[in-house]
Amino acid sequence: MQSALHPTGEHAAITGNLFDLFLGVTGFFFLLVLLFLAWAIWRKDRGGAGERRLPLAVASWAGAITLGLFVLTIGSYFADRSMAFADVGQKPLEIKVTAQQWWWQVAYKGDLPSDTIITANEIHLPLGRPAHLRLVADDVIHSLWIPNLAGKQDLIPGRSTDLRLLPRQPGRFRAQCAEFCGLQHAHMALDVIVDRPAQFAAWQAKSLQPASPPQGDEEKRGYAIVTGQHCSGCHAITGTPAFGTVGPDLTRVASRATLAAGELPNARGWLERWIADPQALKPGNRMPRVPLSPGDRHAVVAYLETLR
Amino acid sequence: VSRVDGPDFTGEALHRALDRTWSDAPGLWGWITTVDHKRVGRRYIATAFVFLALGGVLALLMRLQLARPESGLISADRYNQIFSMHGTSMMFLFAVPVMEAMAVYLIPLMVGTRQIAFPRLNAFSYWVYLFGGIFLWVSFLLNIGPEAGWFSYVPLAGPEYSPGKRTDVWAQLITFTEVAALAGAVELITTILKQRAPGMSLNRMPLFAWSILVTSFMIVFAMPAVMLASSFLISDRLVGTQFFNPAEGGDALLWQHLFWFFGHPEVYIIFIPALGFVSQIVETFTQREVFGYPLLVLAVVSIGLLAFGLWVHHMFATGLPRVGYSFYTAASMMIALPSGVQIFCWIASIWRGRPRWETPLLWVLAFIVTFVIGGLTGVMVASVPLDLQLHDSYFVVAHFHYVLIGGAVFPLLGAVTYWFPKFTGRMMAEPLGKWTVLLAFLSFQLTFFPMHVTGLLGMPRRVYTYPAGIGWDTLNLVSTIGAFVFAGSVLLFIVNVFHSLRSGRPASANPWNAAGLEWKPSSPPPAWNFDHIPRVDSATPLWDAERPVIPGLRTDKRELLLTTVVDAVPDLRDPSAPPSPWPLFSAIAATILFLGSIFTPWAIVWGSLLLAVPLILWFWPHDPLEPKPEQGDE
Repeated sequence: MQSALHPTGEHAAITGNLFDLFLGVTGFFFLLVLLFLAWAIWRKDRGGAGERRLPLAVASWAGAITLGLFVLTIGSYFADRSMAFADVGQKPLEIKVTAQQWWWQVAYKGDLPSDTIITANEIHLPLGRPAHLRLVADDVIHSLWIPNLAGKQDLIPGRSTDLRLLPRQPGRFRAQCAEFCGLQHAHMALDVIVDRPAQFAAWQAKSLQPASPPQGDEEKRGYAIVTGQHCSGCHAITGTPAFGTVGPDLTRVASRATLAAGELPNARGWLERWIADPQALKPGNRMPRVPLSPGDRHAVVAYLETLR
Repeated sequence: VSRVDGPDFTGEALHRALDRTWSDAPGLWGWITTVDHKRVGRRYIATAFVFLALGGVLALLMRLQLARPESGLISADRYNQIFSMHGTSMMFLFAVPVMEAMAVYLIPLMVGTRQIAFPRLNAFSYWVYLFGGIFLWVSFLLNIGPEAGWFSYVPLAGPEYSPGKRTDVWAQLITFTEVAALAGAVELITTILKQRAPGMSLNRMPLFAWSILVTSFMIVFAMPAVMLASSFLISDRLVGTQFFNPAEGGDALLWQHLFWFFGHPEVYIIFIPALGFVSQIVETFTQREVFGYPLLVLAVVSIGLLAFGLWVHHMFATGLPRVGYSFYTAASMMIALPSGVQIFCWIASIWRGRPRWETPLLWVLAFIVTFVIGGLTGVMVASVPLDLQLHDSYFVVAHFHYVLIGGAVFPLLGAVTYWFPKFTGRMMAEPLGKWTVLLAFLSFQLTFFPMHVTGLLGMPRRVYTYPAGIGWDTLNLVSTIGAFVFAGSVLLFIVNVFHSLRSGRPASANPWNAAGLEWKPSSPPPAWNFDHIPRVDSATPLWDAERPVIPGLRTDKRELLLTTVVDAVPDLRDPSAPPSPWPLFSAIAATILFLGSIFTPWAIVWGSLLLAVPLILWFWPHDPLEPKPEQGDE
């Protein structure tokens, strides 16, 4: 789900109420204009003394507009304030989101460096706990928009910005880059998963574990290719010699719902096609076509499928 | 001894003398050397409509691609070029130029003078604009069209993320349009302030002239900001400066401030002339002066001023300090007050008048309904919390098409219908015109209204495709169907124009019984516009019983009457430049300079030397008042 009309977070809910206020007030004025216009068109007895009341009417109209704008400005101000104070008093979850052409890196900082969780193209959030997202961009300007939870916030190279979230309903919400960021701007989405606190804690605990070692022969062959050859130059898998930082972290890749930043479903066939020719599926992305024999590719996929 | 027009020199003899002085040479030479504001203006309008049609075709291509999810019709690369070209063409090659073009044709006639100020600069402005437009479109066809949007945000448009020549093409197009627009603005300001007919004090000026005066001043103040920005961008790309590179102490947001300091006024530069069209049309088709003339003038002036105080509302999502945002929210919302008052004045004018429901007035109705919706969604995006949801979504796409098509294109089509007899000497076909309005109005709503919802459902702008099954499919399909019907209505309008050019009903000098001076000369007007300079005693001169004239201008040389700025008291007689080929050759030289500087900074050095040659010939000194020996002069 990806919609500002169904708020599931505190900030989006406040904005939703404000939108209703704006819709009511502007709708009222639109109705007044239509009524006056209809009267002007279909008026029967033209001329006469009514004209002398026009100056008073225009003054009242200007007064009404001013009053309407005043109400909306005040409403907007109070909405802004209640958003600013929505999460006061609770310790927020600190998350760092780094946007790059055309995917998202998401890092949960722990108290110790070894407590850091790094994932890609998904944000897990605990229900009812404020989250404080620090937003940075590596290359061009991007914008993080999770319409169900809050308004958007740009990620600008050379600057750091903030986004505050307070999820009020569990569920899986789609989010997308909202600032044109180049060739594959359309394919820069991410999933936001709001879990109950216990589930979130379980996810957190699991994510702190290193990747489990490969079991079967094919998985072992895949492991050797991934960590020993091309893949590890760009990708990291905790607990293995793969620690590249150019591409998304693959430690839990099989647990994610999508591939290529929301473009493809994360299913075995799609993963294999992706590895075979990333440029055909998402032209311009930074993953090169790696020459692998079908057997090797199959083994790589088999290993990656175990990374849950 | 020179002859001057006057009580004893009128009729056929006067026409022959004026014709000798003011007409262009026949044939191709006359075509390229003309400085007649009417010929240049017509050319300018026609060219702008060609770019409208081209930009419209791009819009249809985008709608085709978005008609269904995951469509593979157009590649990502091509789509990004297409939407960049659509925005760039519509804003820089259609909307701003067409408004200036209408003014170039109409303003001298409306204020009662024989020629626009600086007529050669006017011809130069047109040629530069034409070459800029051709340059952009040829580049697009050669696959080096802009790809970073009409706003070219850095670093995406910078040397690292937009290698190749595509963004250079965009940045140089800006240079072309800046030169053309600034030249036009200077001419129009001068014509309006110094060449008004005697007696046309500022408070009797047609409302369209007020609109154009405000617009032209806005161009003068807004364009330098984008000129600075695009020059920074070119020099970052060409000679390795680092204005926008944060790694070297530059700033990516600097671009946005400079661009929107121009970009927001730009929207009003398009919209304010349209307000002038509406006022003129309402006046004529209610056969009465518009209600609230001083209010309408104040509204236009205050919109012009406020327009420079709200650029940051394009940057609410960039994380600037919240306290500053409040100021821009207030300034953006305040625009609703003068706009609302104007809407009231026009409806009140219809209410108290006896409206004649001909096509131009129907366009005004379509304008009022559509523009008010766009204005009200504009109030929504002025609020910071709401804007953070709506910004860069299809809601905003809907909003600004309501404002730009509803607020500017509808009045423009009404204005073309209204002044068509003056431009061409023929009327446009009436029943067809009315059907066009109806079709355009309905299909516009069908196209753009659903986009409000698609935006609220989370669809961002500038995406070349979208996934199926998240609620956007049907709405996008509806928009696509609407877009094709809307294109059909524009096609009807164009058919009407060509049909009427050939076989429209011939028009008298004042077919609508309008009040403005532009309806005094024949349709189309002669090269010299007015046999004698009219004198004006009210805001509706042609409805006054007497039409006194001011004789005394030379007929053997091009001469204009200058009047004082506020009260329009006769001040000076001033020579006006005759036809010249040098504006064209200067524009060609300028084009070589601009094109060359995409490839090497040395083009500026050698190009300037090349440009100096036609400029020297253009400005070759001569005594403007030295009489030309004429044969056959008694």
